[in-house]
Amino acid sequence: MAEVEETLKRIQTHKGVIGIIVVNAEGIPIRTTLDNSTTVQYAAQLHQLTMLSRSAVREIDPQNDLTFLRIRSKKHEIMVAPEKDFLLVVIQNPSE
Amino acid sequence: MEIVYEYVKKRSEFGRPCNFSDRASDLHLDIQPDAELAACFFSLDSRDVGMQCAADMSENEVNTVRIESESRGINHTEGGWPNNVNPQEIEHTMRFRKKVEKDENYIKAILKLGIQMEHSIKQNNAIDIYQEYFGEGEEEEEEMADAKEQPAAKTINVFRDPNEVKRTASSLSWHPDGNHKLAVAYSSLEFQRASKSMNFDSYIWDIENRNWPDLTLKPVSPLVSLEYNPKDSHILLGGSYNGQIAYWDTRKGGQPVEMSAIEHSHRDPAYKVIWLQSKTGTDAFSTSTDGQVLWWDIRNMNEPTERLVLDPSKKENLDNALTAVCLEFETTMPTKFMVGTEQGLVISCNRKAKTPAEKIVCTYSSHQGPIYALQRNPFFPKYFLTVADWTARIWSEDIKESSIMSTTFDMTYLMDGCWSPVRPAVFFTAKKDGTVDVWDFLFKQNDPTLTVKVCDEALCSLRVQSNGRLLACGSHVGTATLLEISPGLYTLQRNEKALANEMFERETRREKILEGRLREMRLKERSRSEPGKEEEAQDLEGEESPEELIARAEKDFFQIVEAEMKKWKNETEKQKGKDVSEQKKC
Repeated sequence: MAEVEETLKRIQTHKGVIGIIVVNAEGIPIRTTLDNSTTVQYAAQLHQLTMLSRSAVREIDPQNDLTFLRIRSKKHEIMVAPEKDFLLVVIQNPSE
Repeated sequence: MEIVYEYVKKRSEFGRPCNFSDRASDLHLDIQPDAELAACFFSLDSRDVGMQCAADMSENEVNTVRIESESRGINHTEGGWPNNVNPQEIEHTMRFRKKVEKDENYIKAILKLGIQMEHSIKQNNAIDIYQEYFGEGEEEEEEMADAKEQPAAKTINVFRDPNEVKRTASSLSWHPDGNHKLAVAYSSLEFQRASKSMNFDSYIWDIENRNWPDLTLKPVSPLVSLEYNPKDSHILLGGSYNGQIAYWDTRKGGQPVEMSAIEHSHRDPAYKVIWLQSKTGTDAFSTSTDGQVLWWDIRNMNEPTERLVLDPSKKENLDNALTAVCLEFETTMPTKFMVGTEQGLVISCNRKAKTPAEKIVCTYSSHQGPIYALQRNPFFPKYFLTVADWTARIWSEDIKESSIMSTTFDMTYLMDGCWSPVRPAVFFTAKKDGTVDVWDFLFKQNDPTLTVKVCDEALCSLRVQSNGRLLACGSHVGTATLLEISPGLYTLQRNEKALANEMFERETRREKILEGRLREMRLKERSRSEPGKEEEAQDLEGEESPEELIARAEKDFFQIVEAEMKKWKNETEKQKGKDVSEQKKC
């Protein structure tokens, strides 16, 4: 339990990191450092997007699987690390 | 004849068990073959009967019902909370969250994901992946790619004359802004070939839509030339087959807003109309093979504002006049204009001359046939292009004897041509066999840089769009084809303007020198033959016998031949000298 906290804190303190969200398999945000409305939006959208990306990868090659998803936008980069039951989402402002 | 057999059983015997036994057969009826009937039939010995030893099958079509699928987005606002948790109540959600956090899977997952995530975060912080390293190099690469590319032209769209009786697309004009519309004038230019059912309409096409024209212009007589007003893109001016000039406003529909009075118009088809540069933007001038150039103000079409008769003897004699086929006017030189004639002369005229006699400044002659196109180079107005007979020639205004540069004599007649508006040394020509030639004089002068066969019929008109990329050509059967040329032919190279200028100047100098030489030689000859002439004059006073006539003719002939040979020798020497100096320069 403490390691989890430590990990999340360490990630949070990296340069450029704006926020972290942990989403479970149903799309419910478990842990977040952002405000509620933003969190809910991110959780909902990214959950669906991850599902879609994963199915895309697996359709092309069934042996393959999604390991990481990065979306670079004008303002920042959204990184999604998928797991079987959970999703770790980090929003970072890359070095500019 | 009925064959009936009765089977009888008593009611009281119903239900009794059956007791089967054998007995002999009993003949009930015997029908003999009827010989009379047999005569109606004959036996066939063998017959072809198809047989197949296969199972009988039947064909059925089955089609499943098409599922109509539609893409829709789902708006997912709140996660899938389990039943017992009310998402509105913070207590419940907090409790749920705490519960999940206690889960072992959660801990393992987060730890693992944390490592991955940190890696990516550090990556992002370390390098900016979108940094431009080779900014300048990219530009060079692009240019190199263009240079290596083969020049090519692609047909983008074809607009066919929708009428049954096909007419020639005699003139094209691009819309001045936006370049998405093309006005095409249709007429039959063959003498007295126009059939009664020929439609007089001309069309404005939108280049995206090739099925039906954007607007139909309905003149009284078919239009031979058509031009958009460069200042006001709604106004078009058309010169028609009967010599009248009419103007249209596209906002007002297909009927001409006003037409010139027929008594004051041309007496032959108005082959070319051009808008002039003026404050009101309503001035134009037109020319035709009746030998006149008329100036118009479209606000008052009853009569032309000015008239000029193209009489080289400057006597305003219409019978003597040269018949004009095309006009040229450049807005950067508003006082001068040029007229191309059927006789192969280009006449340069001054608008501001006081007397009509002074209007005609000078003539340029070198072509053998009517001049179909005349245009000044958009970058260097001192040089102009003429397209006539089998060649296209480039002239300098100062040299009147001959063109400074010329294409080689082609196999077919050249019908129209124009400069590229973006590259100073590139021009296009349309030929009678349906091909379009793109000449790049800086690159190659002997042959066109690109030859594209557009159609099988003769191409009668050619117009390049103002961005230099699209080329429209009209054919004999009324088909207007849009070609897109490859980027190499419309991107301005680095020193192109300077190089083109140098080339033109060099050729002008050469011509000047040759002209000077020629003049010198002529003078010399004259001075040589002058004492000879005096003797001849004395001889003439006496009677000339045929032999003396012959001798004199021979002497003259040989003198002329020798003079020509000397000139030719000098020219080749000069050219060689120029070539060497060119090579040295390179």
